[in-house]
Amino acid sequence: MASTEEIRSNLAEIVNEIAGIPVEDVQLDKSFTDDLDVDSLSMVEVVVAAEEKFDVKIPDDEVKNLKTVGDAVAFIERAQNG
Amino acid sequence: MSKTRVVITGLGATTPLGGDVASSWEGLLAGRSGARRLTDDWVQNLAVQIAAPAAVDPTEVIERVKARRLDRTAQLAVVAAREAWADSGLEESGMDKERLGVAVASGIGGLHTTLSNYDALKTNPRRVSPLAIPMLMPNSSAAYVSLEFGAKGGVHTPVSACASGNEAIWLGLDQIRLGRADVVIAGGAEGAIMALPLAAFGMMQALSKRNDDPERASRPWDVDRDGFLLGEGAGVLILESYEHAKARGAKMYAEVAGAGISADGHDIAQPDPTGSGARRAMERALVEGDLTPADIFHINAHATSTPQGDIAESLAIRQALGKEADHAVATAPKSMIGHLLGGAGAVESIATVLAVHNRVSPPTINVDKLDDQIDLDVATEQRKLPDGDIAALNNSFGFGGHNAAIAFKSL
Repeated sequence: MASTEEIRSNLAEIVNEIAGIPVEDVQLDKSFTDDLDVDSLSMVEVVVAAEEKFDVKIPDDEVKNLKTVGDAVAFIERAQNG
Repeated sequence: MSKTRVVITGLGATTPLGGDVASSWEGLLAGRSGARRLTDDWVQNLAVQIAAPAAVDPTEVIERVKARRLDRTAQLAVVAAREAWADSGLEESGMDKERLGVAVASGIGGLHTTLSNYDALKTNPRRVSPLAIPMLMPNSSAAYVSLEFGAKGGVHTPVSACASGNEAIWLGLDQIRLGRADVVIAGGAEGAIMALPLAAFGMMQALSKRNDDPERASRPWDVDRDGFLLGEGAGVLILESYEHAKARGAKMYAEVAGAGISADGHDIAQPDPTGSGARRAMERALVEGDLTPADIFHINAHATSTPQGDIAESLAIRQALGKEADHAVATAPKSMIGHLLGGAGAVESIATVLAVHNRVSPPTINVDKLDDQIDLDVATEQRKLPDGDIAALNNSFGFGGHNAAIAFKSL
């Protein structure tokens, strides 16, 4: 099972690839929209890429709850453990 | 009522000969071919395996994250538009962006995006990009060009197959003459070197099959021509009212004197063999530009290297210019860059503007034996153009029977 840090780090690479945000800026306390300036369409791409990377399902209804990087990492951890 | 004068104050291009105007123009003057044999896996079972790809991959120029959001066609358009905009000096001039329009054409649109997302769809619908529609829509290039510079006038996308690039210039000219804009960023782009277009144009018997000799494949007016060579790239011209350009002390390459549009009303793919539609487009461009055939010293022909099309155009030029065609040097850049489809008219308009501006016609390559049905003064070497007032025509014709001719004149 991947550690929180491994998930954050892999997620940071996805966010970097899609939205060009420096990897080191993608920290658990950062908001995707307010801090990292990831727009809604890029967020959709991030979610789909994360589903494939972590082999989890992230329902569209859930995406609005993933406000921070920490929210997303926690969701992925739960989904992997569930 | 006198017409508003419109001039060219900026040029930008990315072509099979170079990633900018200077290198592309230098390649044309040198008679260099941008054709090559394709080596991609997807080409191996195709009948036609040659093309003229852009010399500089646009993803090497555009910022990575931005490039992800643009189809290849729009990437090429943005590269050319950035060069033209910088060349014009308009950003520094502080112009009113509500008076800035855009007319950037494409023949096919975002085909890379369409095809790659269809492939993704077949594996998993969730892999379809949320940006697929804004990337594949035909107006994507024009829209991204307007976003690039904050243009807030009309943003247009003429779509008339291979006449699209010239139609964009025609439209831009009209927007300025109608008083709707002071400046229009006009041009065309196409990035369609992919299996589907190569197979489809190939099935039409429209493409040259000289796979073993790509640089000799595109040979407009030569007796052994066997079809066109698919190219890719973009050209963008800054059209500006003379008064606006003069007021800010802008450099001016040439004047857009007039533009003529017509339809063949004949066939969806074949040109009218009498050339009457093409003739009317040229005549309309001359009339609108207050020019006579005697003023024309250079003709950038559509001349795609197809057996029928080249003859029909030659007839049309003779009908439009009569005896005066004797002193008009005919040139066919598609012999070097191939056919850029929606980008062709724009890139070749740039070549025409530079021919007028620099007083030199680029050569046409691969004319080993001129077809005796071609009654034009074909230059196979660079040709000096005379001093004094000169004008030139650029022709573009498209599937659907679209004809578009632009008349440029020296300043």
